[in-house]
Amino acid sequence: MRKNTFLRVGLVLTALVVGFIVLGLFWTPYSPNAMDFSRLLPPSAAHPMGTDKFGRDILSRVMVGAGDTLLIALGTVAIGTVVGTLIGALTGWYGGWVDELLMRLNDALASFPSILILLVLVSLLGGGREHMTLALGIVFIPSYARIVRSEFARARTQNYVHSAELMGASTARILFVHILPNIWHTLVSAITIGFNNAVLAEAAMSYLSIGVSPDEASLGYMLSESQSMLDSAPWYALGTGAVIVLLILGVSLIGEGLQRGEN
Amino acid sequence: MNKRILTLFLSLTLLLSLAACGSKDTNATDARRDANEIVVGIAQDLENSLDPYTSVTAANREVLFNVFEGLVKPDADGNLIPAVAERWEISDDQLTYTFHLRPGVKFHDGSEVTAMDVAWSIDKAMQSGSWKALDNIDAVNIGDTFVSVVLKAADSDFLSYMTLAIIPEEYDYGADPVGTGPFRYVSRAAQQNLVLERFADYWGEGAKVDKVTYQIYENAEALVLALKSGAVDICAHLTATQANQLTESFNILEGTMNLVQAVYLNHAYEPLANETVRKALCYALDREQVFDVVADGHGTAVGSSMYPNFRKYFLPELADLYPHDTEKAKAMLAEAGYPNGFDLTITVPSNYQPHMDTAQVVAEQLRAIGVNVTIDPVEWASWLENVYSGRRYQATVVGVDASTLTARAMLERFTSTASNNFTNYSNAEYDEAFAAAIRATTDEEATAQYLRCEEILAETAANVYIQDLADLVAVRKGLSGYRFYPLYAIDLSTVTYT
Amino acid sequence: MRYTAKKIATMLLTMVIVSFLTFVAFSLLSGDAATRLLGTEATPERLEALRIELGLNDPLLVRYGRWLWDALRGDLGTSYRYGQSVSSLIAQRLGPTLTLTALAFALIVAVSIPLGVLSAKYAGGRLDRALTVINQVVMAVPPFFTGILFTYLFGLVLHLFIAGAFPAGGVGHYIGYLFFPALAVALPRIAMTVKLLRTSILDEAQRDYVRTSMSRGRSRSGILYRHVLKNTLVPVLTFLAMTVADLLAGSVVIEQVFAVPGLGRLLLTSIEGRDEPVARAIVVLLAFAVILCNLAADLLARRIDPRLGSGVGGAA
Repeated sequence: MRKNTFLRVGLVLTALVVGFIVLGLFWTPYSPNAMDFSRLLPPSAAHPMGTDKFGRDILSRVMVGAGDTLLIALGTVAIGTVVGTLIGALTGWYGGWVDELLMRLNDALASFPSILILLVLVSLLGGGREHMTLALGIVFIPSYARIVRSEFARARTQNYVHSAELMGASTARILFVHILPNIWHTLVSAITIGFNNAVLAEAAMSYLSIGVSPDEASLGYMLSESQSMLDSAPWYALGTGAVIVLLILGVSLIGEGLQRGEN
Repeated sequence: MNKRILTLFLSLTLLLSLAACGSKDTNATDARRDANEIVVGIAQDLENSLDPYTSVTAANREVLFNVFEGLVKPDADGNLIPAVAERWEISDDQLTYTFHLRPGVKFHDGSEVTAMDVAWSIDKAMQSGSWKALDNIDAVNIGDTFVSVVLKAADSDFLSYMTLAIIPEEYDYGADPVGTGPFRYVSRAAQQNLVLERFADYWGEGAKVDKVTYQIYENAEALVLALKSGAVDICAHLTATQANQLTESFNILEGTMNLVQAVYLNHAYEPLANETVRKALCYALDREQVFDVVADGHGTAVGSSMYPNFRKYFLPELADLYPHDTEKAKAMLAEAGYPNGFDLTITVPSNYQPHMDTAQVVAEQLRAIGVNVTIDPVEWASWLENVYSGRRYQATVVGVDASTLTARAMLERFTSTASNNFTNYSNAEYDEAFAAAIRATTDEEATAQYLRCEEILAETAANVYIQDLADLVAVRKGLSGYRFYPLYAIDLSTVTYT
Repeated sequence: MRYTAKKIATMLLTMVIVSFLTFVAFSLLSGDAATRLLGTEATPERLEALRIELGLNDPLLVRYGRWLWDALRGDLGTSYRYGQSVSSLIAQRLGPTLTLTALAFALIVAVSIPLGVLSAKYAGGRLDRALTVINQVVMAVPPFFTGILFTYLFGLVLHLFIAGAFPAGGVGHYIGYLFFPALAVALPRIAMTVKLLRTSILDEAQRDYVRTSMSRGRSRSGILYRHVLKNTLVPVLTFLAMTVADLLAGSVVIEQVFAVPGLGRLLLTSIEGRDEPVARAIVVLLAFAVILCNLAADLLARRIDPRLGSGVGGAA
């Protein structure tokens, strides 16, 4: 009963937030960069989230910024999952010295706090959406790889895999047709966590003004901008932050619901 | 067991909330008033070296203005008044300046200023390489109480250069700065603060407050929060948005920053080498919108590298050379061979909110004519390194000020061989006019040539000149005596609690 | 003993890999050190002479070895920007960051352990259900946003602290200021710890030995505390050790929110300003701290429960 509540609330929340964000990819109430309005207007019917110090519509900027965040997070999850699954599947299946080497490297990478790797990678690669996605993806590969590896190592010893081997299925077929669908539960929960970490990390980086241009609407940068106007325009910070919180909350509720369903 | 955990939990919470209450410090401003000290907020860390001769940045000069003095010094009206020198005479051929030292002027280390110190200081400044104008000095002769400087050629600006700091002879550069100003250097911590205290043996009236702490807030948000919360008493160079939030406990004074804010263009970048392109950028600029966003409509339009407080040299009409006209700008861009615009990265020092805000407004205006603008905020140190020294940039929004009250200080950087010509501007006619101004024997002739220089800069659209920014200064209510200077300086000696 | 020795050997190997990777990354990042030191007007001959003097023309491995050797003797180099030794710069900034971390950690332990135990004890009850929902929400709020909310609520509305005004002086002066940043970073971690503790206590309570001793009639809370807590300590300790590591690294962001002059801010400005020696030293230092925390967790876990193999303690 309860597990369904988590899942249901999570799905509804995520659908709403993602719907709002996807809408922003195609349509916003105003142009997000147009400095057309009075500055620092409080929320009203015309501007539900008010305007910023340049007289830009905050709602439009939040929609565009959240769109970027969503795309970056999805890209990160895609990179992390695909590369992580490949590495994890192969090392878990074959074991041996390659496994040992990759896991050592994995340990070394995991001992860097992710924010440090991000700082270094973004400084190395330069700013921009693609680079941010790439950097975040690289950061999340080790944790996926580790999870997938242990699942594959375990699957190796199980009956359905043995019978597949006896039936003469190719290794690739066994890995990706037989085993992969069997471990999707673990993967999905890793993906929801990874997605949320990506959203958090992207917002934190842009809050630190790393890898973002100030005139591109981005949630983290807008939050740091709003901080100096907390007194006169608290809605700027609240509205922007709320979008991040709702996005993360929705996805984490889905993850929680799925996990409870599994048990 | 259960109770024990709960007790532990509660007592820890209590302890921590007590710790939190310890920071409740709403009386900080009163405490400072009682101690007769003030805190000044500044937006960037100072340069590594506090050497008065090699300081490049206005921010450094702004602080050091209170520590160092020259033989003469500028007053709030832009006149040069006696400082370490009590009076001076100029020979009839305009070549010999004799400065009579004020008796009993002391350095912060307690020693008395001698003619030897002055000669040594002038020599140090010449060696630093940053004071090209001093190459004109032929000889420095000293007596017991006077110093006479002999020039190779007459220079009507010469007195301005004698604002250079007087420091003790054989002063060791690793040590703390020692000058003769109304404040004495006490300490500094990188990225955090710099502390000055009142110099009791100052020759003149001296400072009113006993201690000044410059607190560094490289983050504009933190700066405003600190002002609001009572941690800072004085802060200059605020934007209107920032200033508007402070009216409750601050008086907002308005002056001008005494700098020329512009989109400085690197003429070595292909599209910008083209004069028509540069003119198109100038037509794209809508100054009114910049004024509105950055300073609630305040600001003085400038059209060349000279700011209004240089009354004699300022030509207000140059600002009207390129009235805002998007269509015309587009047409000119097409005419220059860029009908689809071009890519332009504008590098901005990120700790200066007025420049950051201006850059964002201007970027929108340039996008309107098809230029594909990217803004690249950089930290101040890397701006200095890459943009100012390295000239590795395309365009930058920044303010350029004058180190001395001379036209030369503003205009020399655009001569093609100047080492600080960070825009790579190169124009034979300009070089000629500037050289003529330096050679000129009368002030009228020099002025005429300097004005010609400004006109050339404007006519060739050397840069997209914007404004002399309104300088919004927040001064805590209960403090008075803040004065604006015609150059980038904050004189704290006149500030006092009322 | 052999286990400990093996763990320490692995740790040393990881440290070498980590410091090498950092060294390579920052070498790519920072450009020519000679130009940084002499300025852009220096002549090519002088630049070349300095490069030879500093050994910048040597192969990467040689430079890394030299840097490592110097670092081991306590010489982390000199900051390009401040001209001070890196170790003195770091020493100045270590205080606030360590205090912040310690404070946040104390909060996490003090709040999450009682809450986790209570939540498990009354599993399914009203308190437990409320906590579960609150946990989910708290985990979804990024610490820097919590920080902004605190600044607004406690700083601007309630005037409990002066936002942005980090007090000068020693720990005694600034520990109060650090309470709110510490709470902001602690909150999501508290939620996670409570959740973890609750789950592992409940898992443990399902085990046979608990059921057996319950059927023998011992009091319920006696069993809960004596056996279950001890066994659930392992995953929680591991998690807490990683929390310390995360708190240290997270200081980069939270110090920015509250304008705390700590290691994180120094790291940020030195990366932006391409001050390679400083940035490199801080990154390596933080990474080492993380590795040490992980090792501590491993060894502690082993001590509490010697049956454990080497499987515990990896970062998730």
